[in-house]
Amino acid sequence: MKVNALLMDEKDNVATCVEEVQAGQEITYSREGKLCTIIAGETIPYCHKIALERIEAGQMAVKYGEQIGKASEAIEQGRWVSHHNIFSIPRDYESEYIR
Amino acid sequence: MQFWGYKRKEGRAGIRNHVLILPTCACGSESCRIVASQVRGAVNIVFNTGCSDVAANTEMSQKVLTGFACNPNVYGVVIIGLGCETVPHAKLREKIQKMTSKPVVSFGIQEEGGTLKTIEKAVRAAREMAAAAGMQQKELCDISELLLGIECGGSDATSGIASNPAVGELSDLLVDMGASTIMSESIEWIGGEHILAKRAATPEIHNQIIKICQDYEEHLKAAGQDCRAGQPTPGNKAGGLSTLDEKSLGCIRKGGTRPIVEVLQQAERPTKKGAIVMDTAGYDISSVTSMVAGGCNAVIFTTGRGTCTGNAIVPVLKVTANKHTYQWMEDNMDVDLSAAVDGTKTFRELGKEMLKDIEEICNGRLTKAEAYGFSDIAVDHVCRFV
Repeated sequence: MKVNALLMDEKDNVATCVEEVQAGQEITYSREGKLCTIIAGETIPYCHKIALERIEAGQMAVKYGEQIGKASEAIEQGRWVSHHNIFSIPRDYESEYIR
Repeated sequence: MQFWGYKRKEGRAGIRNHVLILPTCACGSESCRIVASQVRGAVNIVFNTGCSDVAANTEMSQKVLTGFACNPNVYGVVIIGLGCETVPHAKLREKIQKMTSKPVVSFGIQEEGGTLKTIEKAVRAAREMAAAAGMQQKELCDISELLLGIECGGSDATSGIASNPAVGELSDLLVDMGASTIMSESIEWIGGEHILAKRAATPEIHNQIIKICQDYEEHLKAAGQDCRAGQPTPGNKAGGLSTLDEKSLGCIRKGGTRPIVEVLQQAERPTKKGAIVMDTAGYDISSVTSMVAGGCNAVIFTTGRGTCTGNAIVPVLKVTANKHTYQWMEDNMDVDLSAAVDGTKTFRELGKEMLKDIEEICNGRLTKAEAYGFSDIAVDHVCRFV
């Protein structure tokens, strides 16, 4: 079975599609060497992200094992995760220093 | 792992044994080019600055010039100056001689009575140096002698999800064997600096990483520029990068995951071994210039759209996970990482394969940019490249 999405880290709740996929199409990605599949809930462009599980509003999207943005609305499994539904949490440098 | 390298009296081993023809300032660059073209084994630097400048820029030029001379891939140095520049040839030579015992000679064009007389003397000196360099035998060196620079440029959507994570694995493999790597381009850490800082070996290093990003941003603000405005760009968003955190993560992933043991200023030489970061511009040519001045033996360069840049002193290895780019620009691309995108190989497997490439390059295999004799350079300045 051909892989058409990449999981960057085992902790991730999104995968990156390496080809454009259509609604209803099967997404295949590898997790710990095993192939996993989910169904795309909508069209997802090349190199864009798909939710591997439901991400609640206010929950973080995780890629590379790190938080990349907060969901502005609930994102169902199989839906497109993009700048339309996740956003960076504003930070300031002062809070990042170890005092 | 070991490689056949050139042992140096001071510091790490070289993987090349160049005679470096080095101008003190822009005015010496053309003479250096002609001298290097006359002597096999010599490489020249084209320097675009070095005079009529403020103190901070002179300091940066001097760091780059002395850093190039001290790079372990250099056997000896022939300096050509003009005579009236801020730091003339004899002064630069003395500085370099305080830092290294390798052979260094220097000439001034005004002193010698013009270009041709200078070139004649410099060619003779370079010829003798190249003959001596040819006599130096390679010796087996431990991989811990290696310092690899990690760079990206001409990135596309495959960079962050495939070539950078694969190179990150290479970096981890090298660091685990005792070698060192440098990741630079600090402006591209912004937005992900809190994540990069988590890799810091000490709280002090953590804070240094945050400070570099804060200072960079404030430096640009002072010039009325906002490096976050419009980030990620509309093009980034269309390419699948939803937040600046995600964009920065794709970039910093090429430095691997091991603890960061040292934070360097531009063109500064490391004092520690392991995973190191350097504060440089995101401008790839300038970043490579600074890492080579810091003593890198080689640079691995990830790209998506394809790039041709090379450096006179160190081999630059181009890797891409974009299959089309690899095929379309095969004359510039060294390694195809598209198996990561296909899902047919893991990042770890590709990292191991690149380790073999690095070993071969240490042992003398020419990268494509090296075979073409490419010699790009960009020296950063007080107003900073971005």
